[in-house]
Amino acid sequence: MDSLDARTFGNQIRKNMIKLVLDVIMGLNLQYGVARVLNVSHGEFVMVGAFITFWAYKLFGINPLVSLAICGPMLFIIGLFTYRTLFQYLRKSSHSVDVFEGRSMLASFGMLYMIQNIALLWWGPNVKAYTFLNYPVKLFGLTLEANRLVALIFTLVVVLVFYMFILHSNIGKAIRAAAQNEKSAQLLGINVQAVLALCFGLGALLAGLAGSIISMMQEITPVMGFPYLIIALIVLVLGGAGNILGSLVGGLILGGVTTVVMYWEPGLSLVVSYAIFALILIIRPQGVLAR
Amino acid sequence: MDNKTAFSKKWLFAFLLILILATLPFYTHPYLIVSITSILMYVCLTVSWVIFCAPTRYMSLATATFFGVGMYTSGVLGELLPFPVVVACGGITSFLIGLLTGFICLRLRGFYFAIFTFGLNELVRHSVLWWEANVAGTVGRWVIILESLTIYYYMLIIVLLTVLVAYFLKRSRFGLILYSIGESEEAAAHIGINVTRYRIIFFAVSCFFMGMAGAVMATKWAYIDPRIAFNPVLNFTPVLMALFGGVGDIYGPILGAGLLTLISELLLSRFPYYYMLLYGIIFIVIISFLPEGLVGLAKKWQKNP
Repeated sequence: MDSLDARTFGNQIRKNMIKLVLDVIMGLNLQYGVARVLNVSHGEFVMVGAFITFWAYKLFGINPLVSLAICGPMLFIIGLFTYRTLFQYLRKSSHSVDVFEGRSMLASFGMLYMIQNIALLWWGPNVKAYTFLNYPVKLFGLTLEANRLVALIFTLVVVLVFYMFILHSNIGKAIRAAAQNEKSAQLLGINVQAVLALCFGLGALLAGLAGSIISMMQEITPVMGFPYLIIALIVLVLGGAGNILGSLVGGLILGGVTTVVMYWEPGLSLVVSYAIFALILIIRPQGVLAR
Repeated sequence: MDNKTAFSKKWLFAFLLILILATLPFYTHPYLIVSITSILMYVCLTVSWVIFCAPTRYMSLATATFFGVGMYTSGVLGELLPFPVVVACGGITSFLIGLLTGFICLRLRGFYFAIFTFGLNELVRHSVLWWEANVAGTVGRWVIILESLTIYYYMLIIVLLTVLVAYFLKRSRFGLILYSIGESEEAAAHIGINVTRYRIIFFAVSCFFMGMAGAVMATKWAYIDPRIAFNPVLNFTPVLMALFGGVGDIYGPILGAGLLTLISELLLSRFPYYYMLLYGIIFIVIISFLPEGLVGLAKKWQKNP
């Protein structure tokens, strides 16, 4: 590999570094792995997060980094509310988990339609963007835009805090218990319904934070959500449903592979990520990390 | 009313419906024909989805994929071959790809099958997009244009074929086989059913009709590109329409597809800005409150009025 190649390859890594980590935090894993809701409108939550940050910045001049603290709780409440109303009803009226999974996925597709339409009505179809810390900084010989660097740091912080929460807090333990075996968790005195609602809310919260961070670097539109859903879905499959650590590994694999493919043939990066998705499903449907 | 008269009444009703549909162009407005064509398309997609997915309980989210394969067959072969052959080719290509897909995802059970088929659509869409941009050097393709009346009759024949196959399949040995796979795959294998073979074949059969419908409908749009042909929304609509009508009987999906297409066209013309919102609400209401569909609801009412 000559020096020019090395440089463009470095560029690709630089560009994808953010995506690589975002893949992780957006894992649908909590929502599907624990609450058994394959939330097709996950990307729409990302979009809502991005728009909240955008408007907070435009209307009130709120720093996008501060918006993370507004956006997260807002999306958490929205997520909690939808689970408590819609999905809990569906869960009670379905006679098996398989039926519930099918119905909740279809219901979330209806939600995708609704959220997208509301966003279009409120915010219009135009592409929106704001400039935030838009100057270059040097780090370890790589030149980065400051907003990307800040975004990267904040993503890492969010991921770290989140994993500490899941691994060490009591609520985190309850979540893992519910993910492993719902009935036993209930027998041990865990309020499973509350935990599942919490998981759905946390999933929405992570999506919102991701959207907030994305809006610092990219243009946003009401229809931007779908690709993020697909990314989250691929990460979910790579990591294995219910395996919280798996989504970290899944995100790293997806990010790494797409980076290499982007360098080799940019148009094929999506095709290759779907191909990986299909392959993993066929060969190891339980995820790469599962025993 | 004994069973026999009910039976003949059902056939009489079906016959009358077909007669009305076949003679409809003689006494209605051309615009109506166009919208009935789109109803027929959804009926075809929904019924062909039901053929495999309802009895076996494998939720396929790849309707758009096989529909799109049909469309692309029409786009590629449209000018080379006579149109009936093109339609057959669309079906056969879809059938073959369905066989391949069925073979690939044999190990997938339950919900993973749904996720796989959902991803499959994206894989195919982006592959075709890449192929068209880098190898064929285009974005979309022009398809031969047919008169709306011709499209209508083609669609009507395909729908009749689909419904007949679905009806007789359900009453045949194969229908029972598919149901037993849905009840318990292991038990079905134990009593000597070649589960693998039937899963693959009937998945492909349902793809066959989707492909034919795609080949015909491509001529209505006249222009296709991967975003139109493999539109992910079309993966979900047949599932919803089938659920709306109820999947237990053959007239459930037909009723569901017909009514829901009508409702969505009405919404689109009356409230273009709120269309998606209203459609989303209908979506959620159907899933929450109509688990057995309209037919199930009617049966419940019949039992305890």
